[in-house]
Amino acid sequence: MTLSPLLAEAPLLLAEGLKPGQTQLVIISGYLGLLLLLGLFASRFFSGSKSDYQLASHSIGPLLLLMSLFGTTMTAFALVGSSGEAFKEGIGVYGMLASSSGIIHSLCFFLIGVKVWALARRHGYTTQVQFFRDRLESDKIGLLLFPILVGLVIPYLLIGVMASGTVIQNMTAGAFPDLFPTPEKPPTNGGVPPWIGSLVVCLVVLSYVFFGGMRGTAWANALQTTVFMILGVVTFVVIANKLGGEESLFANLEKLGGALDDSKATRVEMSRTKFFTYMLIPLSVGMFPHLFQHWLTAKSAGAFKLPVVAHPLFIMIVWVPCVLVGVWATTDLASIPPPVAGNPNSVLPFMVKKLTSPELGGFLAAGILAAIMSSLDSQFLCLGTMFSTDVVNHYRKQPLSDRGQVLATRGFIIAIVAVTYALSLSNNRSVFALAVWCFSGFSSLFPMVFAAVYWRGLTKAGAYASVIAAAGTWVYLFAQSDWGQNRTYALELPLGGSAYEIMPVAAMFAASTAALVVVSLVTTKPSDATLGKFFAAKN
Amino acid sequence: MQKIVWALVVLLLILHQDLWFWEDDTLVFGFMPIGLFYHACISVAASVTWFLATRHCWPAGLEANAEAASGEGSP
Repeated sequence: MTLSPLLAEAPLLLAEGLKPGQTQLVIISGYLGLLLLLGLFASRFFSGSKSDYQLASHSIGPLLLLMSLFGTTMTAFALVGSSGEAFKEGIGVYGMLASSSGIIHSLCFFLIGVKVWALARRHGYTTQVQFFRDRLESDKIGLLLFPILVGLVIPYLLIGVMASGTVIQNMTAGAFPDLFPTPEKPPTNGGVPPWIGSLVVCLVVLSYVFFGGMRGTAWANALQTTVFMILGVVTFVVIANKLGGEESLFANLEKLGGALDDSKATRVEMSRTKFFTYMLIPLSVGMFPHLFQHWLTAKSAGAFKLPVVAHPLFIMIVWVPCVLVGVWATTDLASIPPPVAGNPNSVLPFMVKKLTSPELGGFLAAGILAAIMSSLDSQFLCLGTMFSTDVVNHYRKQPLSDRGQVLATRGFIIAIVAVTYALSLSNNRSVFALAVWCFSGFSSLFPMVFAAVYWRGLTKAGAYASVIAAAGTWVYLFAQSDWGQNRTYALELPLGGSAYEIMPVAAMFAASTAALVVVSLVTTKPSDATLGKFFAAKN
Repeated sequence: MQKIVWALVVLLLILHQDLWFWEDDTLVFGFMPIGLFYHACISVAASVTWFLATRHCWPAGLEANAEAASGEGSP
């Protein structure tokens, strides 16, 4: 490998004479500027119609769809969280979070995405709520689903906005010690404060989503996905070489592998049943409203084939290096200081700062921001589309014109960005604990979307019962976990004299499935006209 | 073939629960813990399985139906 010495030793011209942290700031600023330009360029292709703004006129081909779907499903957690969790739990996190997602995400794209795409093209849906209102012959299902979907997306958005501010502050530490001193927290002294970093990221995402709509979002996602995948691998090689200190990459890998403790190289400390029930979490992608909207952008059903096949490989390319870096950080070769060890999410940024050049640090910061922004943009656009379509347009006596709907969507996007940014200023770090609960909530709604597409017997009452059961168990279990403060909260399943730990999502999923099936079996079936719209005629 | 592909998907879900490597500290190629290597292989196997699914289980006529009926009306 000759890449790492090049990156580590060849200083960029622009970095010469800059203070620590300023090099990173220049690179981050350059990257954000590039995204702005991309958004403005995408807006030149905007036809002015609602379909073009919200769904890129169904013009997205296989490669762009793959990059959009992958970029949207991978958040900052893919880079920072994966190494942090591996630092804490060992290599088992790959099986728990990554290989399971490789199977289940593609399963959702294949079984739900393709089918929903065809139904939406046939009947003109833009949002999930439109689909369910029609399938269930119930206008009111929108009133039940809309707040739940929005309520589950907003914490997810907040995590991204807050994480972006934290990343920028950490990576630019030392840039302006007089302007932004943080004597109470020396590692971030002189770094750009989170309120500025988050604001700039919000404004950049807002700009390219506002002007470029779904096309700008898809293009930006493709760029961002490429950026964070390449930087993840480059960082891995540089860190391996620096930590190992041997002559070749392979010798370094062997040295680092040999230094691993059994507790991190195996899963001795991981609960087997928790690992098993974690399989339900990736089902959340079947109900993510922002992913639903991305599915509808596909040019054809065939465009789904590449994402279905390549998604597991893309996850592997990003996660395997990050998990290895995370477990290497536990060895004596890394010597992670206790304050960093106390916050596993800071392990990767710390190692990058300690072991690589400011240039690579700047590029990695851009890569982490890319992973964050490639989810934020889709979520902002999706919420704007839902508000304008499912609330404003749906309840107006006279539907808005195409131009009016684009204006309404843009207006709501500005409002959502403003509200999310304002909420992020409360600096309530407990929102990070919500991530797995958000995913669990979406997963527990999965039985409804699956039944809506594949089971003629799903009734309106069955769907209501399923949503209420999912929401009820979610609130109850969330309260039991001290509103997410107990990060290791699990249920205990007594079986054969032993107690087995299971993830809360298993109970939510079981409750929503049971409610859906039982109530659907005893209530009135949908009309033949509706079944004819959604299912092929019986022979 | 369709049944074989769906059987492979079920097999993947079963193989994902690798209790047999749970406490095995073997290093594959001298550096990669076998628990991680195995699950990386699961990712590759998932990709191959989904490739077979797109070849042999792809719903027929989906595109034609969607295109033919698009524009029937929106809700």
